[in-house]
Amino acid sequence: MARQGSARRKLVTTVIAWTFGLAIFFPILWTVLTSFKTEAEAIASPPSFLFFHWTTENYAEVQSRSNYFGHFMNSVVIAFGSTFAALAIAIPSAWAMAFSPTKRTKNILMWMLSTKMMPSVGALIPVYLIFRDTGLLDTRTGLVIVLTLINLPIVLWMLYTYFKEIPGEILEAARMDGASLIKEIVYVLTPMVVPGIASTLLLNVILAWNEAFWTLNLTTSDAAPLTAFIASYSSPEGLFYGKLSAASTMAIAPILILGWFSQKQLVRGLTFGAVK
Amino acid sequence: MRLRTLLFSACAAVTFAGTAIAETLTIATVNNGDMIRMQKLTDDFKAKNPDIDLKWVTLEENVLRQKVTTDIATKGGQFDIMTIGNYEVPIWAKRGWLKPLDALGANYDEADLLPTIHEAVSYDGKLYASPFYGESAMVMYRKDLFEKAGLTMPAEPNWDFIAEAARKITDKNASIYGICLRGKAGWGENMAFLTALANSMGGRWFDEQWKPQFDQPEWQKSIDYYVKLMKDAGPPGASANGFNENLALFQTGKCGIWIDATVAASFVSNPKDSAVADKVGYALFPASGTLGNHGNWLWAWSLAVPAGSKKDKAAQKFIGWATDKAYIDLVAGKEGWASVPPGTRISLYENAQYRQAAPFALPTLAAIKAANTAKPTVKPVPYTGGQFVAIAEFQGIGTAVGQQFSAALAGQVTPEQALRNAQQLTAREMTKAGYIK
Repeated sequence: MARQGSARRKLVTTVIAWTFGLAIFFPILWTVLTSFKTEAEAIASPPSFLFFHWTTENYAEVQSRSNYFGHFMNSVVIAFGSTFAALAIAIPSAWAMAFSPTKRTKNILMWMLSTKMMPSVGALIPVYLIFRDTGLLDTRTGLVIVLTLINLPIVLWMLYTYFKEIPGEILEAARMDGASLIKEIVYVLTPMVVPGIASTLLLNVILAWNEAFWTLNLTTSDAAPLTAFIASYSSPEGLFYGKLSAASTMAIAPILILGWFSQKQLVRGLTFGAVK
Repeated sequence: MRLRTLLFSACAAVTFAGTAIAETLTIATVNNGDMIRMQKLTDDFKAKNPDIDLKWVTLEENVLRQKVTTDIATKGGQFDIMTIGNYEVPIWAKRGWLKPLDALGANYDEADLLPTIHEAVSYDGKLYASPFYGESAMVMYRKDLFEKAGLTMPAEPNWDFIAEAARKITDKNASIYGICLRGKAGWGENMAFLTALANSMGGRWFDEQWKPQFDQPEWQKSIDYYVKLMKDAGPPGASANGFNENLALFQTGKCGIWIDATVAASFVSNPKDSAVADKVGYALFPASGTLGNHGNWLWAWSLAVPAGSKKDKAAQKFIGWATDKAYIDLVAGKEGWASVPPGTRISLYENAQYRQAAPFALPTLAAIKAANTAKPTVKPVPYTGGQFVAIAEFQGIGTAVGQQFSAALAGQVTPEQALRNAQQLTAREMTKAGYIK
């Protein structure tokens, strides 16, 4: 009897989880389906779900009109470059804040977080002028710098939270065994927070990949990433849903695949220290 | 050894000299069909100008506008050619942000430009942008539904007839709505239509002292007409409909009348995309009967050279190529007459082949001719512009006022309340900007 109840509960949970999951995934599925429709079918009302004339003409058009690979490479360099740069600054900073806190540590952390509250457009003109004068407009280096600074508060906060979960006694023991500061960070601390660092890395790659405001405003062609690629397929007047969906599918596919393969790592990192 | 060194140096000098001569123009443009076609045809320009290279930045209209505005305001110098509308031309030219176009080439026939379009892209009598394609607004309607209802669309309808016809052909049970109009908030969305509607009914945005006029009876009449008609004969959820949503509704046979940009004609009459392609008729943007003013809108996507560009001559050479008569012939030869950029040149509308290939050619010309950006309404105004007011503050004010009228259409506020709010917020912003005290 108890076994039957538990099986039923499992079934209900599974059904609810799948329904919830599919509901969240539906917009992406719809984008992918629309990318295989003709423009006339893409705007048809009521829309057809699966029974339409499947075509790859939108992908062909997108391929012939834009340099997808160039945009893709820019996205890879900007997203990973800014994430690694942010990690390089944040790991030692988070270590210092977690293990040698001062009275001002919390205030500094809160201040860093508060910078995320400011609307980006408020800083656009000064940043644009700095970039213009330093020759950083439309360069990957410029975007790596900006996105590193934008993501730094989140990277630092995440790492700080993970580091705080490490018992101080372990580090003390290492010190008693004669480990230097560098060795302590590299051999003792880092292996223990690898899941945390990995999930921070993944989350920030996703954030940087999706960032549109700065990438669109500070690039024109040479450093334009996939966000600019998508922006060139929407139009206020005309038929473009099919082509826009094809461009969006091509832009989100790499990050979706990365997320799919690393989901275990992501979940592990995000729940790290949650049950203690 | 010395001879080899000399030869090598000479070769290097020639190579570098070649590189120094070649110029790369960065062109910012909007993602519309005509511009995409231009990109595909640039081999013709390159063959004629091997020393000029082209780099394209194609973006969605709003993103493009933000980007080029930032760049031109900060003298960023990222672009050599910008695609802008006639909203920007007078504002930017006045501020010295654009270079006057005086080297468009011997073949560029300035006198051939349609007078209303020519005026819309000029400032102080000088051309500051060259129109690539132009558009106005007109009535598109379903001839079959009109026939069924025993109605005949006049060539120049008035608003009373439009309302009567829209109510008559509405069949909500069959999902056929008499009229589809823009409802989505935005200075370039519902306010484009509503400003044109109010113009035609004698309304204006500001009086000669820049005082907002939403408290005047003309605006009350316009908004009442719009809200009531859309409630009786419009599609459900109209407050979220912009150009593309209405296009989809019309193409799938759900609208009896659609009043919008003339560029829509080529979409709704294309049998590949439109289920009603052979049933569409066209008429002039309505007038209110007694005033005789169409209040029509006028838009021209044009190419301009920002003041910060250092490649002025090459940029003008390209603009000359893209907007002269030979370019129209080039498109017609490669893609057919129906695909040529419309609405800029008198000679195009005198061309029998074009008039035959595009059934909407003459109604489009009539709509463009009916627009008067210098005198958009019967009362005097201190501004220019048909469906907009050519001041920098208009983007913000227009969208905020558009939100009020979109809310009135959705039934969240009454038309009276929406007008009161519009008056208040416009007066506040204009005071802040220093137009009124």
